Amino acid sequence: MSTFAELFLNGLSMGSVYALIALGFVVIFRATEVVNFAHASLLLAGGYVTASLHDDIGFWPALLVGIAGAAVVGAAVEFLVMRRYRGSDHSVLAIVTIGVDILLTTELTRRIGTDVLTLGDPWGDSVLTVGPISLAHTRIAAFVAAALLITVFLLAFRYTSWGVAMRAAAESPETAALMGVRLGRVSLGAWAVAGALAAVAALFLTVFPTPGLERATSLAALKAFPAAILGGLDSTTGALVGGLLVGVTESLATGYQSELTFLGRGLGDLAPYLVMTVILLIRPAGLFGTKELARV
Amino acid sequence: MSEALAGPLRFATRTRTYVWAAGALLLLALPFYLDRFWLQAGLFAMAAAIGAIGINLLTGSTGQLSMGHAFFLAVGAYGYCVFAADGGDAGDGLTGLGLPTWLAAVLAVLVAGLAGGVFSPIAGRLRGAYLGIATLALIFIGQHVLFNARDLTGGFNGRDVPPLSLFGLTFDDRELLVANVPFGSAEKLWYAGLVLLLGCGLFARGVLRGRPGRAMNAIRDHRIAAGVIGVPVARYRAAVFVLSSMYAGLAGVLLALVFQRTVPDYFGITLSLEYLAMIVIGGLGSVSGAVIGAVFVSVLPQLLTRYSDALPLVSAPGTGGIAPGEASRYLYGAAVVAVVLFLPGGLVRVAAGRRFRTDPGEKR
Repeated sequence: MSTFAELFLNGLSMGSVYALIALGFVVIFRATEVVNFAHASLLLAGGYVTASLHDDIGFWPALLVGIAGAAVVGAAVEFLVMRRYRGSDHSVLAIVTIGVDILLTTELTRRIGTDVLTLGDPWGDSVLTVGPISLAHTRIAAFVAAALLITVFLLAFRYTSWGVAMRAAAESPETAALMGVRLGRVSLGAWAVAGALAAVAALFLTVFPTPGLERATSLAALKAFPAAILGGLDSTTGALVGGLLVGVTESLATGYQSELTFLGRGLGDLAPYLVMTVILLIRPAGLFGTKELARV
Repeated sequence: MSEALAGPLRFATRTRTYVWAAGALLLLALPFYLDRFWLQAGLFAMAAAIGAIGINLLTGSTGQLSMGHAFFLAVGAYGYCVFAADGGDAGDGLTGLGLPTWLAAVLAVLVAGLAGGVFSPIAGRLRGAYLGIATLALIFIGQHVLFNARDLTGGFNGRDVPPLSLFGLTFDDRELLVANVPFGSAEKLWYAGLVLLLGCGLFARGVLRGRPGRAMNAIRDHRIAAGVIGVPVARYRAAVFVLSSMYAGLAGVLLALVFQRTVPDYFGITLSLEYLAMIVIGGLGSVSGAVIGAVFVSVLPQLLTRYSDALPLVSAPGTGGIAPGEASRYLYGAAVVAVVLFLPGGLVRVAAGRRFRTDPGEKR
């Protein structure tokens, strides 16, 4: 039972990190209707900046610079690439983000090389033990930070004028523009926010017990895609539930691997995708996604 | 009046015929002059072109984004190995059915199609980004199976590919002298690849120009309207998915034959992204676009590797500079972005110099 509780809590913590990534993904989709396949490379960018600076300026400043850096990269992608597209087909724009992803990931993995970079976080490998359950400090920090950020974000989304502008733009771009919402700024803001959230997630994807920032980190970040999809691409609630679901499934599949050997090793990496496939079979628009209605 | 018009028209048609004939002759003559390196590069391009035609039918013509193409390539490549290899006693202890190799190739393509068909409950219902990410699952499932089903795939180390033999001619490295030029596997496969590519290209062109092609474009441009005028949308989507995975399977078989060994690492997400890059660069929705894009994306790394000494900024792998593989990824990543922003329709529009066509995917 204590194993289960431990796995479950670890899963929740990882899930909240996935939810952070998925949230950025959903924000971009809602504000601009673009599916951002370059999201994993934004995350890698944030992590890389933090990793390369923390020796010189200390962890917290480095983290701030990393978050700002990823936000700037995100905004730059929007400003330099997305805004230049004059067509109206959003699936073509999704392919553009694949091109951007190829560029960014190649550059970052070339810089990282075969190294494993640490981000210099203050938690190290210390563990908190309560009764029979022990949890790494990093996991607790991840959960707290993610919960905090998500709350702040959702409140801002609901109550600030920035959030209202963004929701209006998502609802109907033309009307929002006529009401004086500057669509360019809204989508720039969405990309920057998504980048910043991804940079925070990068920190928690690379702390103990994972070895650190390496090439494969972008593969771990890809798990936020099934999280966003199974919750429903246009739903922030969906991103949260999807993230937690993916985190918990992954953690349980990894933890009970020895009982599941007939399915092969490395099941944890596969579990999120299997869950997503099953859910999409039943609900093609995701758990919380709006079912598409069309008027002909 | 008609005389005056007919002159230039006939001239244009004739020029085109000459260009095609010259191109065909050149392609047929190349194995006599090029060394193995370039022939292999060409073979990769042919295999990639077949796969790219397949994904272009799906993504370009029907508007269904697929990131799982690498999975079907893997099914083709490994399917061929399993069907063709001699079982057990061959030495590597992997499962093999020992079928005639040509039959194995056909079966491998069918199995790839079957795999696509199994996915059809999802392929027929989802669209756009949902389908793109759902097909991402295929990549990870594929990788999992490739690494874990050791009996079939040989696990991490992969397995050897038995050479194809057809009508008594074996496509292996036993040399055969043709006009005093030694013919190894690359030379022989070159012709097989050309025939396959031609067949695949013509078939896809037939599909696109006929009734199915109209239906596919209608689904891409306006799904609901297509349904209203009587196109069975879900069935078409599933069918195109199956067809596209069969193309991928064939490309996988050809790739396996060229590599002579299949390893699971190759069939990862990068490969799927490469195929998407190909069709975007070449031109969405056209057969020649897929071929041009495939040649661009698959020959580029080979070119850069070969001439890395002579090029600025590019250096041999491991020396700290930009390795040729990375340099080519920069180039085609940038090409994808540049083509979509500045050259809608891809390279094929430039090559053909046709009238400018605005993007077909208006609001759906």
